[in-house]
Amino acid sequence: MSEFILITGRTSKQGAALHKGKDSAEYRLATGFVSMNHEDREHLGVEAGRRVRVRTAFGETELELKEGKLPPGMIFVPMGPAANVLIGAETQGTGMPDSKGLKAEVEPFTTSPPKLGGIEGGLV
Amino acid sequence: MKIENVVCPFCGCLCDDIVVEVEDSRITAVKNACASGRSLFLNAHTQAVQPKVNGEEVDWPQAIDAAARILNDAASPLIYGLSSTASEAQRKAIALADLLGATIDSTSSVCHGPTTIGIQNQGEPTCTLGEVKHRADLLIFWGCNPAEAHQRHFSRYSALAKGKLTPNGRKDRTVVVVDVRPTASSRRADIFLQVRPGCDFEVLAALRALLKGQHLDVDEVGGVGVVQLQDLVERMKSCRFGMIFFGMGVTQTGGKHLNVAELLTLVAELNAYTRFTTMPMRGHGNVAGADSTLTWQTGYPFAVNFARGYPQYNPGEFTAVDVLARGEADAALIIASDPVAHFPRQAAQRLSQIPTIVLDPEINLTAQVARVMLPTAIYGVSAAGTAYRMDNVPLPLKKVVESPRPTDEQVLDWMIERVKTCLA
Repeated sequence: MSEFILITGRTSKQGAALHKGKDSAEYRLATGFVSMNHEDREHLGVEAGRRVRVRTAFGETELELKEGKLPPGMIFVPMGPAANVLIGAETQGTGMPDSKGLKAEVEPFTTSPPKLGGIEGGLV
Repeated sequence: MKIENVVCPFCGCLCDDIVVEVEDSRITAVKNACASGRSLFLNAHTQAVQPKVNGEEVDWPQAIDAAARILNDAASPLIYGLSSTASEAQRKAIALADLLGATIDSTSSVCHGPTTIGIQNQGEPTCTLGEVKHRADLLIFWGCNPAEAHQRHFSRYSALAKGKLTPNGRKDRTVVVVDVRPTASSRRADIFLQVRPGCDFEVLAALRALLKGQHLDVDEVGGVGVVQLQDLVERMKSCRFGMIFFGMGVTQTGGKHLNVAELLTLVAELNAYTRFTTMPMRGHGNVAGADSTLTWQTGYPFAVNFARGYPQYNPGEFTAVDVLARGEADAALIIASDPVAHFPRQAAQRLSQIPTIVLDPEINLTAQVARVMLPTAIYGVSAAGTAYRMDNVPLPLKKVVESPRPTDEQVLDWMIERVKTCLA
């Protein structure tokens, strides 16, 4: 298990896929992953394309692991149903939840075979 | 049939040079749009669809009746969304909230709501995108990634655009990106300053101190070297026309509106040296219109409550995430947005526990938990209307294909009339 700072945000693929339907394979693939840099992935000991469990103080979900150009210790999850599970509803009187800069843990996930995308656990 | 000068309704850029080809009321080709805009036009659902109540298809009067009863029976209804619909429909949604004594909030609250709070505290030195295109020689993108989220921003309005005083486009501009990670945008910048997560306020405060000529007794602030910050301050002071575009990297991290207020203060202070302006990168096509319409109707831009018979404003109290997460909303009308896909789980779950009504062209994730689904036309595709660009310039959205579906404005009108009948 390793500790990271979680950033969520838009991607061009997420933006294009949402018009194909939130149930589409494109949308699941565009929003159902977590990325970290090459060194962090090697340290975690999980191959890209495998699933990992991501956990914050507010929830946890299983996501496909990807490599991305990120600083050490940072993970990125595209905005969408998977990211929502990891974000708390406290807004400190602003209306805006903390969607960036959250503490998160990542650990290998080995109890089920890899699946396409991954937003299960993300829906109500 | 080829239709030119179409406004894409997807994001706050509202690109107005789209060419759409239509055959037999079907969009067959889209030119000039980015990947997101093209996908919006080519996947637009415009065919006739019946509304649904509890999963069963019903006719429109039955659906409106069911929706009106839900809203009338609720003690504390929430109306939320608004940013992907036209301002004509936003106006009706506000009238309905007034009638019901409801809370009304837009997606601004989970986007640039903190920006609005910052502007209310500090004022906003701003301009139009036309001025940026024609004049800006220093462009700073802070906590935003237009290469992914506003894909034609660079070419139409900023980094690459050729203007009257910037005839050589990119060569006439210095582009700076400030972010916590390298992005597609930072790779196109001349200067990239990588800030430690959560340290935007410190870096902005350091820039203000350096601008005042103060000495910083440290080597770096928030992960950025003081030498780099001093270099940026000199560029800011000496440019002809500077611009800071900023995004969720500033509003969604700790500090939120305080980060924005610090950024606005820095920009205001820079005007002692040169012309300097700033602008939030607004996400949805008409989210700026939601702020404008709510403001001219109620005096407040988001987080408005009509329970006392007059509008009250209080972010944190009347914002949608808070109202849902605290379990205060006992019914919800969601217009042109998908909070189940984008809200923290605790807030999204509430929408499946209370009667929810959805007005949307798509069967999105919120529609899947809704009691009443009202499928409407798409503004900018199958309905005409008004949308406000991120610089608050209103643009006319065209109807490029016919659709038998009613508009959000029509449906809200029907709902207002039915609610009035119920109340009578």
